Amino acid sequence: MIDMRLLFVLLIGLATTAQAAPEVQSWRTQGGAKVMYVQAPTLPMVDVRVVFDAGSARDGDQPGLALFTNAVMVDSAAGLDADALAERLESHGIELGNGALRDMAWFTVRSLSEPDTLDVAIDSLAGILAEPTFAARDIERNRQQLLIGLRQKQQSPASIAGRAFMSRLYGDHPYGHDPSGEPASIRAFRRADLQAFHRRYYVAANAVIAIVGDLDRKAAQALAERLTARLPEGRHAPELPTPVAANSGIERLRFPSTQTHLYLGQIGMARHDPDYFALYVGNHVFGGGSLVSLLGEEVRNKRGLSYSVYSYFSPMRVAGPFLMVAQTKNAQADETIAVMRETLARFISEGPARDDFDKAKQNLVGGFPLKVSSNKQIVEYIAMMGFYDYPLDWLDTLTDKLEAVTLEQVRDAFRRRVDPQALTGVVVGGAAE
Amino acid sequence: MFDLKLAGGLLLALSLGGCAALETGPAQTVPVAASEAGVTEYMLDNGMKVLVKPDHRAPVVVSQVWYKVGSSYEYPGITGLSHVLEHMMFKGTKTVGPGEFSRIIAAKGGSENAFTGRDYTAYFETLSKQHLETALRLEADRMHNLVLDPAEFAKELEVVKEERRLRTEDKPTGLTYENFNAAAWRASPYHNPVIGWMSDLDHMTVDDLAAWYQRWYAPNNATLVVVGDVTPEAVVQLARRHFGPIAPFDDLELKTPVEPVQHGISRVEVRVPARQSYLMMGYKTPIVGSGVGGNGTEDWEPYALYVLSAILDGGSSARFSRELERDRAIAAAADADYSPYSRLPDMLTLDGIPTDAHSTRELEQALLEQVERLKSEPVSRAELDRIVTQLVAGKVFERDSMFYQAMQLGMLETVGLDWRLSEQELASVRAVTPAQVQAVARKYLTRDNLTVGELVPLPIESPTATPRPAQGDQTGD
Repeated sequence: MIDMRLLFVLLIGLATTAQAAPEVQSWRTQGGAKVMYVQAPTLPMVDVRVVFDAGSARDGDQPGLALFTNAVMVDSAAGLDADALAERLESHGIELGNGALRDMAWFTVRSLSEPDTLDVAIDSLAGILAEPTFAARDIERNRQQLLIGLRQKQQSPASIAGRAFMSRLYGDHPYGHDPSGEPASIRAFRRADLQAFHRRYYVAANAVIAIVGDLDRKAAQALAERLTARLPEGRHAPELPTPVAANSGIERLRFPSTQTHLYLGQIGMARHDPDYFALYVGNHVFGGGSLVSLLGEEVRNKRGLSYSVYSYFSPMRVAGPFLMVAQTKNAQADETIAVMRETLARFISEGPARDDFDKAKQNLVGGFPLKVSSNKQIVEYIAMMGFYDYPLDWLDTLTDKLEAVTLEQVRDAFRRRVDPQALTGVVVGGAAE
Repeated sequence: MFDLKLAGGLLLALSLGGCAALETGPAQTVPVAASEAGVTEYMLDNGMKVLVKPDHRAPVVVSQVWYKVGSSYEYPGITGLSHVLEHMMFKGTKTVGPGEFSRIIAAKGGSENAFTGRDYTAYFETLSKQHLETALRLEADRMHNLVLDPAEFAKELEVVKEERRLRTEDKPTGLTYENFNAAAWRASPYHNPVIGWMSDLDHMTVDDLAAWYQRWYAPNNATLVVVGDVTPEAVVQLARRHFGPIAPFDDLELKTPVEPVQHGISRVEVRVPARQSYLMMGYKTPIVGSGVGGNGTEDWEPYALYVLSAILDGGSSARFSRELERDRAIAAAADADYSPYSRLPDMLTLDGIPTDAHSTRELEQALLEQVERLKSEPVSRAELDRIVTQLVAGKVFERDSMFYQAMQLGMLETVGLDWRLSEQELASVRAVTPAQVQAVARKYLTRDNLTVGELVPLPIESPTATPRPAQGDQTGD
């Protein structure tokens, strides 16, 4: 008997390989920074994203230092104070962005490709990377803003739960604390702490430069050299320890809210995990599809328990979390936890239904062109590829790898990797009335 | 720079995120208009508008169906109805089962969702271009064949109440924003939250929804916007095939209360458990189109107000960042927001968070001083140049997002304006003079026209320090 499903899959495979992924080129600057580049000549603009292995996993015993350093860097640099630098960028219509999470710290500029304007963008960013001022005023202002940001998180039951979940699951591992730090550590930072962090981690060997836009390879090479000319080569950040679950079981925190927020999960997977595609596709069936998933069906569609319910693996340098999230009125918290647990246990014992599995794969494969349809998306993808050392054809082969995942692989990977009896959880909310 | 998240713009739109008909009518639908930026406009015989903007950068298409209905069409007792109906639009038609719409689109590799605002309800799909017809067929089907099942409604209403708890009840800045609008608007329906008051959600019935659907979901109350790797001719042919057979409605008349003139400052306080104070201020302002009927609003005024808001907060070189955050360190964050485009006159809002060394009252005073300076001194040429340069660049940058381009066209058309405004915006902003900025500041940014909302934190009993004893791993089993 001819397997019609196989035929269908083959046809989809043909249709998608016809839609070429962007052509990614890569090289190193003279100073040793990795460059990832895609030419995109249609719009007269350039996006640059520079990523450093300088996220909060590098905080050491100073929680929040990575984020603080990144935030102060963009204010004043290369002899320009915060007013002058902002004026210089914005009078040319240049957009500057920055941020830090656990693995990465990054800066972005978006500029018109017109040479005089692009020059200003690159020159300014080069100054921010190599010669940040760390002015006392900038440090105090950012300290105040970070402390207020922490207070805002402390009035959000979702933020409290997310933060406590990571801490409970990862314990003392560098992923355990929140990138935004703690009030005591933020109050204690001195200029020398920021300078030392900058010296150690903002170096060429620890950088990836992603460039997408209306410039040819030669111009991109020149741009990357200019951007990093004043960066010392330095060393790449050291390897992170392999995480192990620090605690299991559910912790309950009282908060005066009408809803209880539920965060349940485990240690998940790293970027280069051999089960990456099986777990990714499996989670798409289980709780990853935005309006279509098993968890969404059971918690939201069948029972009306929650508005926002989902699960994800967060693949990181070393294993990031697998997490299920929902929120419901306080009286329904226990019922919702039970439904989430049962749905996970059933998924693991039975595996995904054949039809759900096929459709999830069709969604991921057929949806690939949507994910690389703008310069902004492409620059984020190639920066990520450079950062995690993916091969250059990663985007080209992505749909084939998704296609190749079998239902049996998903079932096997979930059985080996997720134990519904050993979940770690944090539950934040009010008492059931 | 560390950006603090403020509540500005919050809750203007809510997202869900949570049968081919026979061809009729004339063989061709000719364009009504086309524009320099490549937008082609059509009108189907049943009154449905179709806007198409080709963008061939990727083999992808964005399709959006916009309806002229949202919370500003609602009245006391039925608030939140438009938004609940948006949720129910995913719960099946005569031929497509509950949730089936989403499953079909997902299996085609697409993503879809919907959002409800004050002046619109919109549904969108993003797909590979060859699947556009699937999206249009399904959208046309739910435009006139929706099945409102009481059991599905009962569950979905609970989902929406959870959404309200998430966004408003348990979010101090969300609650402040809701109270601020309720205090500012006496008669205008912008008084009501998009998600509806909780008691209105409690009272809502499936019959309310059926009546609302009957009243507003019709081709002559909708606009289809398609941006992507398509040709206008091919899109309008598909639109005619699927939407063409749907009968228009006769009566779409809507009586909207007009906001009376305000005669003095309004203040509202929100005292709830929280950790951080927060301030909102708003001045009632005209919008593009306010001048129709000769009420003394000049056509340039909304653009002068746009420039005014950018003088204050158009980036980190603008006055709020430079003076209030950096020089005086009185604000940890300060925003100004104004949109020239809405269905009804709106507000120019200022909001912010005081630094620990200053009170909310001092921040308010500092914001008022900024407003007074706009009245007493003309803004500089350099500031105006910076705003125009940013807008020129922004117009290039926005072409990187097909979704955003479609949003702009659909929003302008649906709030009762004209999609061509997005192309004229730059010229309108360029034409604004320092004297005009000063004039709108004097005319609209007055004390008698002001509403102030303040979040006053009440203590939270240290939440992370006093856990209930952990109950192990067996909870709920």
